[in-house]
Amino acid sequence: MIARWLEYALFLAIVVGLARPAGLYLARVFAGERTWLDPVLRPVEHGLHRLLGVRPEAEMSAGVYFFSFVLFGVLGTLVLFALLMIQLALPGGPADHYLSTPMTPDLALNTAISFATTTTWQAYAGESTLRYLTQTIGLVSQNFLAGGAGLAVGIAFIRGFAREKSATIGNFWVDLVRALLWVLLPIALVGAVILMWQGVPMNLTPYTQAHTLEGQTQVIAQGPVAALELIKNLGTNGGGFFNVNAAHPYENPTPLTGFVALLAIAVLPASMTIAFGEMTGRRRAGWVLLGVMVAMFVAGLWVCDLAEAAPPAHLAAAHVVGGDMEGKEVRFGVGDSVLTAVVTSNGATGSYSSMHDSFEPLGVMVPLVNMMLGEIIFGGLGTGIYGVIMITLVAVFLGGLMIGRTPAYLGKKVTVAETKLVAVYMLLTPLVVMGLGAVALVAKEGLAGLGTNAGPHGLTEAIFAYASSMANNGQTMASLNANSLFWNATTGVAMLVGRFGMAGLALVLAGRFAAQGRQAVTSGSLPDDTVAFGLLVIGTVIIVGALNFFPALALGPVFEALQR
Amino acid sequence: MTEAATSPETSAESERSRALAPYLAQLRPAIVGLALLTLITGALYPVLIYGIGQIAFSAQANGSLERRGGVVVGSRLIGQPFARPEYFQPRPSAAGAGYDATQSSGTNLAPANPKLIGAVADASAAYRKLNGLTPDAPLPIDAVTSSGSGLDPDITPANAELQAPRIATARGVPEATVRSLIASHTRGPDLAVLGQSRVSVLELNLALDATAPPRHPK
Repeated sequence: MIARWLEYALFLAIVVGLARPAGLYLARVFAGERTWLDPVLRPVEHGLHRLLGVRPEAEMSAGVYFFSFVLFGVLGTLVLFALLMIQLALPGGPADHYLSTPMTPDLALNTAISFATTTTWQAYAGESTLRYLTQTIGLVSQNFLAGGAGLAVGIAFIRGFAREKSATIGNFWVDLVRALLWVLLPIALVGAVILMWQGVPMNLTPYTQAHTLEGQTQVIAQGPVAALELIKNLGTNGGGFFNVNAAHPYENPTPLTGFVALLAIAVLPASMTIAFGEMTGRRRAGWVLLGVMVAMFVAGLWVCDLAEAAPPAHLAAAHVVGGDMEGKEVRFGVGDSVLTAVVTSNGATGSYSSMHDSFEPLGVMVPLVNMMLGEIIFGGLGTGIYGVIMITLVAVFLGGLMIGRTPAYLGKKVTVAETKLVAVYMLLTPLVVMGLGAVALVAKEGLAGLGTNAGPHGLTEAIFAYASSMANNGQTMASLNANSLFWNATTGVAMLVGRFGMAGLALVLAGRFAAQGRQAVTSGSLPDDTVAFGLLVIGTVIIVGALNFFPALALGPVFEALQR
Repeated sequence: MTEAATSPETSAESERSRALAPYLAQLRPAIVGLALLTLITGALYPVLIYGIGQIAFSAQANGSLERRGGVVVGSRLIGQPFARPEYFQPRPSAAGAGYDATQSSGTNLAPANPKLIGAVADASAAYRKLNGLTPDAPLPIDAVTSSGSGLDPDITPANAELQAPRIATARGVPEATVRSLIASHTRGPDLAVLGQSRVSVLELNLALDATAPPRHPK
């Protein structure tokens, strides 16, 4: 147990330690201030602005910013859809006879939406479906572009709190280009080199024919894995090159590569809280948000670790020693697998390194709850910051009621209109997840996907799929047979609402806050940068989460855990 | 303004087009941006990574393949099936028919699924029989469960130790020889705290063949 917690502690220490420098760097980059990369990148940026026809000083209203974000996402989806439909005409490997999954229109559309929304939910297995060039031109690019667009929206959202009496919240294209050039590309480049050093392949060769020591033939899938591997985590996308994602030894050959991937997922979203504090001039408020995240992170980690490290109760008759290793890799063991499950579910990144379907019921409940709460612990790149601030605004509203004042956060008044936006935001996830989950459990097309595991576990699988889609996470309990018209369509809808519905509400809210002035802080104001306020936020998360999801959790994982 | 007085319809129209203008202005950056940024991130970036990989890490970039006598016998990173008693055996696998490296997969069975409980019971009975262990001897759990990928290249040192006597007998070498090979091929946690100790089955078996060849080579 000590060994596992040493790894957990090391991870948290690095994330928190890097949050400040990374957050300050983000604040500088998106304010257009000087950074050490400028000599190389400024000329590229100017060139891109010219070609795109963007005037950097022309800022956008929240509506135009959102429209640009949606337009870019929709165009990306359509282009990727077209590429997927014609992918067999692309040259290069893998040979046709390995590509046994047909790219039907519904699968192509689901996949296109999935990658353009950073969900990267995969109803297919990479090594038996996609050409190498589809994975690079189609998927690697969308990992960057959708991830960068999310970061841009997060920054624009923060500007809503940072600005006063402003009609604009930035320029989407300027933010997108900066997110790609100053943040994602350089980090992905360095990270990909580390991964290749550790063994992640980067080739375009045909699948290898190996002659095993016992004289059999083993065919080994290859591909340009390293190009995808780092950005899929950094952009909080998570879709794997191979079917089993980061459990595959080529995607994740050593515990060190797994650790680098987890840092790529968590550091930037964690640092957004510090960037928030820096940009609004309220540094303590940023640290309080980071503290809230870390506290909830540790709680989830603790539960998942307890569940998975205990010897599996159902295997007692087999006299086995050790925690639950079904669906887990030896090099990771229970500790690394649990840490990955918790980080990827918190970070809106579906790059699991162990099979969640084989987790203990209370073990898999942790990733499920993390996704249901809307990715507020670190969260997705850029999207995590508005996730956590939305629930914070609910806490502000409750706190305002308690002291009988008009609620305000960082001097921004939360009036009836803002409260309505926050309320709709909070209700969208339960509406979509529970609504679609209910449909799946009564429609025979939905039930058809639940073949392998019966009872409450099947219910958990269905809810998990929609929570994952809605949270733009993309991880799956993989025995769900999700490649059917029903599942492709319904998860596609959830991904679209989770991406554009949530971002739309966040940006409209940011526009309203930007237009406001700032209230002076008086002795009657609710302090919004104290430990007590952080506890109020955590309490609000628990109340809202319990009210929305407790019945589903009781019928799924809790019921399953009590069944023995 | 004067126009508005003379022709209210045109004015409403121009009002609308003025409101729409900032939205329409985004079409060009969206289309050109998608094309250029896709080129940078989906073509230039992968080509750059490919170049670095092939030049600086060519063994890893090409799949960490193991060769013996010029023949590719597998990948250092990818588990392969072993059934003969003189070889260390890997974990059960759910990839295709077992260690099919074109179909990575776990079992995805729930912990209470009777199929999983049955599979583990079968695997532990077979493991005990092969290694001459009593029915209640405790087994390291990795020996009887399937990995997430179905391609796990490793087993735990405890699993390897339990197989050592069988291998020593099958190869006619002292147990100490086998155990020292296990020790020299055991890799501890990365950076002392990441992941857990493991032994690569393929590397161990290659070392076995090199230092203690089987008594009846084919």
